[in-house]
Amino acid sequence: MIQYNRFTLDNGLTVLVHEDNSTPMAVVNVLYNVGARDENPEKTGFAHLFEHLMFGGSIHIPDYDDPLQRAGGDNNAYTTNDLTNYYCQLPAQNIETAFWLESDRMLSLAFSEKSLAVQRKVVCEEFKEHYINKPYGDVWHKMRELAYTQHPYRWMTIGKELSHVEDATINDVKDFFFKHYRPINAILVVAGNVKTDDIKRLANKWFGPIEMGEKYIRHLPVEPVQQEARKQSFEAAVPLDAFVKTWHMDARLNKGYYIADLLTEILGGGGSSRLFQSLVKEQKLFSNLDCYHFGSMDNGLFTIEGKLVKGITMEQAEKAITEEIEKIQQIQVSEKELQKVINKTESVIAFEDMSIMSRASSIAMYELLGDANLMNTEFNKYQAITPEDLQQYSNNILRETNSNTIYYHAK
Amino acid sequence: MSLNRKITPPITDAVRFDLQLKKCDHYQLDNNIPVYSINAGSQEVLMIEWVFDAGNWFEQKNIVAATTNYMLKNGTQHKTAFEINEYIDFYGAYLNRSCYNETATITLHCLSKHVHELLPIVAEIITESIFPEEELKTYQQNQQQRLEVSLKKCDFVANRLIDEYVFGINHPYGKYTTASDYISLNRAELVAFYQQFYKEGNCTIFTAGKVPTNLSAELNKIFGALPLQQKPTLSIEHPLQPAAQKKYQVVNDKEGVQGAIRIAQPFPNRHHPDFQKVQVLNNIFGGFFGSRLMSNIREDKGYTYGIHSYVQNHIHNSAWMISTEAGRDVCEATIVEVYKEMELLRNEKIEEEELSLVRNYMIGSVLGDLDGPFQLIARWKNYVLNGLDENFFYSSIETIKTTGANELQDLANKYLQPELFYELVVI
Repeated sequence: MIQYNRFTLDNGLTVLVHEDNSTPMAVVNVLYNVGARDENPEKTGFAHLFEHLMFGGSIHIPDYDDPLQRAGGDNNAYTTNDLTNYYCQLPAQNIETAFWLESDRMLSLAFSEKSLAVQRKVVCEEFKEHYINKPYGDVWHKMRELAYTQHPYRWMTIGKELSHVEDATINDVKDFFFKHYRPINAILVVAGNVKTDDIKRLANKWFGPIEMGEKYIRHLPVEPVQQEARKQSFEAAVPLDAFVKTWHMDARLNKGYYIADLLTEILGGGGSSRLFQSLVKEQKLFSNLDCYHFGSMDNGLFTIEGKLVKGITMEQAEKAITEEIEKIQQIQVSEKELQKVINKTESVIAFEDMSIMSRASSIAMYELLGDANLMNTEFNKYQAITPEDLQQYSNNILRETNSNTIYYHAK
Repeated sequence: MSLNRKITPPITDAVRFDLQLKKCDHYQLDNNIPVYSINAGSQEVLMIEWVFDAGNWFEQKNIVAATTNYMLKNGTQHKTAFEINEYIDFYGAYLNRSCYNETATITLHCLSKHVHELLPIVAEIITESIFPEEELKTYQQNQQQRLEVSLKKCDFVANRLIDEYVFGINHPYGKYTTASDYISLNRAELVAFYQQFYKEGNCTIFTAGKVPTNLSAELNKIFGALPLQQKPTLSIEHPLQPAAQKKYQVVNDKEGVQGAIRIAQPFPNRHHPDFQKVQVLNNIFGGFFGSRLMSNIREDKGYTYGIHSYVQNHIHNSAWMISTEAGRDVCEATIVEVYKEMELLRNEKIEEEELSLVRNYMIGSVLGDLDGPFQLIARWKNYVLNGLDENFFYSSIETIKTTGANELQDLANKYLQPELFYELVVI
């Protein structure tokens, strides 16, 4: 049970405080309700580019890192298709430094041309390092474009193509900032050796004067229900054939999401999972095989992907996967197998909450979903799932007409 | 009164903090297995690690140690690989194994309430693993395929080659695996290694988290009766054979858009008097986001997504390493800048402002690292395995607080000399 106090500033900034006096440290976590899904299709990669620009100086403070490090702190950030999260950890005595820094960059960035020019290059190197210069690095670019025709999950957080980031101008950057990086669109979480009253005072002092901004209302194009299977073949200079198949699944808060989560565990979670046992160990068709989803807030992708043992054809590999899917659709999962994946979920939740840093970002993420307390009650939703639910849902989504397949052939 | 945002709020210098390392409980099982334990944390979770002297330091033939370690879970006299996994998964637990140079480990993470169900199966894999032929075949095939994919990555290839140059291809720190190593593995070698280094080997246990009160009795009942710790660990010397040639250019992928750069020199282990001071110098040089290498090569020039320097985490000997992936056309320019930064550290005294920032940052990160039982036990394990104790913690804090600019400049002149370094670019 994670405890917290919540209050809202006059400018709409939501603040949550999680007190834990067993640590000498404090974490200040700022979540902005903007991810790659909120980008203009012609200017993708902006939410992530921002993650870099946010360290290039704010309106009153030329350098973000320097004063934080001097206060004994460290920081990082990440961007997903759904949200952007900034966090720093420092000795609790010095927490005001984090308020000073975070509030100044919420007030306004410095928008320096030099910082933009350098970070464009850095992001391009990041793009190359992760998506071009790695075998199979482009597979998710291709899969997203295949699986989504309308919804902005069509592109990766790094951007659809290098040119979008390369062509970013200071004006583009300013527009994006003042639209999304406002108090009304942010959640501040403070965790660690702190007192709620002190945090109230500091939040009002540093964040209170920032203009509210306009509430961002998300109107994303809805992905139409897929009517027929989509398949694509590629050839690349990779050593092994790879097979990737996805099915559209439910959004983060729907019951179907929790069922899908357990289904991925049954099929692909660890050494006793069905796909690993049948296709890697017994039939020896794949040298490695995974089944997972991305935890997406909107309708996501249920994924099975693996690399084929040399000499095995795509047809053999796909047929064996289809057989496992038909099995889970036709024969009800036993109570014991269901209990296994529920137990696993219980333990994942307990291990996730070990550090104040992960507790702070969980609180922020659940608050964005609607209510931070979801993190304390979500396990009940897993416990309520029955073998009938699993069977019904697997029949519902793991249909051929709802699927997208990429055959990635070694040249 | 309006807020002046240009003024930094006052801070307490982290160097003024009085850092204390939480003591570690220590006891021995009946057969002399030492146990180290940290009982702390807010979650009902537990970690237990069995550390064997069974790393690749002790193998006669490449990859035998790692394969033996990997296959511990692949079948015992009573259970198939699937049954072992199913049992562990049912309790929502994780049983991982890892092989390092000197040591090889088995690590259990579980909810504290399930630990009693899980200890017997760990004992079973330590005493009754059978290494089935069929499992070995699958492993050989799949590992070869994995290796083939990894060998397409310039960073993977560079990491192997630079270790070979620094330590020699026959040294445990310098050798690496080829497809033919996997092909030539046979079951008898694994069984023999298992017999010597696990069943009758030497082991140290580390536990952390919400530790149940009867855990020590339980560990003693199950592991204190095993025929471990009967002989002292083999003392084996592996001579260093560093390469004669210092500079290398390798084209691994002619279409590659980035180069993996590694610049490294041999460096002594933690017992050397310079070791802790060099940590301070290394931080300034390339050890954190605000370091000189990062500020210059990423934040000013944009040549790379990241550049780091660090002293490798080895027990016997080490290496001081600079590591980055940079755009193919700027690899040369990146290397020039690395040497320029070395030259600056040799020729110019570090300003007090920069030094105090790095001190505060380092103390702050030690403080952050003391958060939670798993982090604490990791630090203690590091000390125990390196033959150190808590004095190392307190002297390293003292070193961070007191090492001065003159000393750091002397160290830069001693170590940051280009001719001491191996240099490698893999495209």
